[in-house]
Amino acid sequence: MDSLFFLAFAAIAVACGINLVIQTHPITSALSLIGVMGSLAVLYLLLGAEFIAMVQLVVYAGAIMVLFVFVIMLLNAGAEKRVARPWKPYLVGAPLLVIFVGVASCILHDMLGDSDPVIFGSFTQGGAREIGRSLFTEYLLPFEVTSVLILIAILGAMVLARKEF
Amino acid sequence: MPASFMPSAQEMMRFLPETLLTLAGVFLMVLEAIMAPENKGRLKAFALFALAAALAAAVIAYNDPGPAFNRLLIIDGFATFFRVLVIGVAILAVLGSSQYLAREGANPGEYWALVLFSVVGQSLMVTSNELIMIFIGLEISSIASYVLAGYLRDDARNSESALKYFLLGSFATGFLLYGVAWIYGLTGTTDLSQIRADLANRDISNSMMMIGAACALMFVGFAFKVSAAPFQVWAPDVYQGAPSPVAAFLSSGPKAAAFAMFLRVFVTAFEPVADRWEPIVWASALVTMIVGNFAALRQTNVKRLMAYSSIAHAGYVMVAVATHSKLGIEAAMFYLAAYALTNLGAFAVITCLVGKGERFVEIKDLAGLGARQPLSAAMLTIFLLSLIGVPLTGGFFGKFYIFKAALDARLIWLTVLGLLNSAVAAYYYLRILVVMYMEEPGDTVENTQEMGGALKFVLVGSAVATLVIGTFPSLLLDVASRYAVLGR
Repeated sequence: MDSLFFLAFAAIAVACGINLVIQTHPITSALSLIGVMGSLAVLYLLLGAEFIAMVQLVVYAGAIMVLFVFVIMLLNAGAEKRVARPWKPYLVGAPLLVIFVGVASCILHDMLGDSDPVIFGSFTQGGAREIGRSLFTEYLLPFEVTSVLILIAILGAMVLARKEF
Repeated sequence: MPASFMPSAQEMMRFLPETLLTLAGVFLMVLEAIMAPENKGRLKAFALFALAAALAAAVIAYNDPGPAFNRLLIIDGFATFFRVLVIGVAILAVLGSSQYLAREGANPGEYWALVLFSVVGQSLMVTSNELIMIFIGLEISSIASYVLAGYLRDDARNSESALKYFLLGSFATGFLLYGVAWIYGLTGTTDLSQIRADLANRDISNSMMMIGAACALMFVGFAFKVSAAPFQVWAPDVYQGAPSPVAAFLSSGPKAAAFAMFLRVFVTAFEPVADRWEPIVWASALVTMIVGNFAALRQTNVKRLMAYSSIAHAGYVMVAVATHSKLGIEAAMFYLAAYALTNLGAFAVITCLVGKGERFVEIKDLAGLGARQPLSAAMLTIFLLSLIGVPLTGGFFGKFYIFKAALDARLIWLTVLGLLNSAVAAYYYLRILVVMYMEEPGDTVENTQEMGGALKFVLVGSAVATLVIGTFPSLLLDVASRYAVLGR
C-alpha cells in the first residue's frame, strides 16, 4: 500500500515537473510547481518526516507559491510566444539527455544492489521535537547564519528594485 | 535547558570575525537610513574600521585554533590565511570604490554593507568543515556578488551583468547542492572529515559510479565559481558589465575563497579518490589556461581582457589543485594572494581611467597614458609585468611555485603546456604596455580625472606589495607553508 502511494505521488511529481517546463503560460507553470511541492510533501510524510512534510506544504506550496502566483498576476504576464526553435541544439541535447538518463539509472541500479531497502514507517525521528532539538544544538550555526543569507537577499532586492530618491 | 544549548566562549571567539562583520553590516544598513546625507562619508570609515577589527579578530582567533560549533567550522592555518586574505581584499576594495561611487552618483551605504556581508560569506566558505555551511557561505557571498555586479542599476551593462551572473550562478549552485545531496546519501554525513573516513574505509570500486557522479556534480559547482573551463563562459560578460571596482573585488576575494573551499573539499573529503579526480582537474586546468589566454589575445576592451586574464590565472591555480600535495596548496595560497594584489592594483588604474559612465574602456583609450599620467602608467606596468610573471614581481614566484609543485607531483606535460601558455599571455599584456607608452593619444581622450587619495593608496600599496613579494618571496611563502595546514 505504501509503495503504491509512493509510486503514485512520485509519478505525479515527475509529471508536474515536466509540465512545469513545457507549459508556455506562467500561471500554468506555477500551478504545476504547486503540484510538485504537494506530492513531494506526501513523499516526505511516507518516509516519516512529518515536520518537513508540513513545512513543505505550508511554506512552499502555501506561502511561497501564493506569492509567485500573485506576482505573475500583478505583472500580467501573458503566454510566451512560440518562436521557431533552431533544431541544432537538439542534436547535442538529445544524446546528452540519453547519456544522462543512462548513467543515472546505471548508478541507481548499482546502489540498489547493496543498500538496505527503505521500510516505510521505520523512521520515527521526523517530528517537530527532534527537528527542533537538532536545529538548536547540532545545527545551530547554519540555522542562525541562514538569517544573514535572507537578510542579504532582502538588502539586494531593495538595492536593485527601489525607486530613485 | 541543558547547558550545551549555549555555544562556549571559546567557540564564539573562533567565530568572532564573522560576528563582527555581520553586526557591522546590519549597523551600516540602519545608519544609512537615518543619517543625514552630508555625513554619509563616515560610513566608509565605519566599514573600514569594521573590516580592520575583523582582520584583528581573525588573527586573534588563530591563537586558539580548533573546531567550533560541533565541528561545523574549523579554524586552522589554511582558514586563517584565507580569512586574512579575503578581509584584506575587501579593505582594498572599499578604498578603491569610493571615488568611483561618488563619480557615478551612487549611494554608497548599501554598497559597504553588501561588501561586508560578502566577506562574511567568504569567511564562512574558507572556515567551513561541513558541506551545509560551505553551501550557506557560498550563497551569502554569491548573492552579494550578484547585487554588487548590478549596483548601478540604471546602467544597462550593469543589469545585464547582474542578470547573467545570477541565472548562471544559481544554476551552478544547483549542481553543487545536488552533489552534496548525493554525497550525503552515499556516506550519511556532510562533515568533510567523516566523508573522508567513510570513503577511505569503504570498498570504493563498488560505489565508484556514485562517488564519481557526486564528485563531478560538486566539481561543476566549484569550477563555475572559480571560472574554470568549461564553466568559464559567464566571467567575461560579468566582469565587463559590472562596475570596475566590483569586477576587481569579484575577481580577487570571492575567487580566492572559492578556491579555498574547492581545495578543502577535494583535498580533505575526496582525497581517498584523488587518483580518479586528478585527470579531470588536469584537463580542466589545461583547457582553462588555453581558453583564457587565447581568447584574451583578441580582446579590445580592457575589462574583458582582464576577465579572460582572470580565467587564465584560475587555470594556473587549477594546476596547483591537480597536484593535491601540501606543496601545491602552499603554491595556490601564494598565487592567490599575489594575484589578488596585482589584480586589485590593475583594476584601480582602470577604475580611474574609464571616466564617468565608463566610456573609455577600450585598449586604444590607454594610448599615451605614459605621458598623461606617469604614475598610473608606471604602476600599471608593474601589475602587467606581474601578471605576465616577470622576475622580481609577485606573479613570477606565484607561477614558479605552482609549476615546481606540479613537477614534484610529476605533472610534467601540464607544466610544459602551462609554461607555453604564460608565454602566449605575455603578448596581450605587452600590447597594453606598447599602447600606453608608444602610441600618441587619440582625440577621444581627455578625461584625466585626478586620482583620489584612497585609490592612489590602493595603487601604490599593491604595487609595492607586488614588488616586495617578488623580491623577498620567502616572506609570503613562509607564511603560506606554515599556514598550509588543513585540520582533519
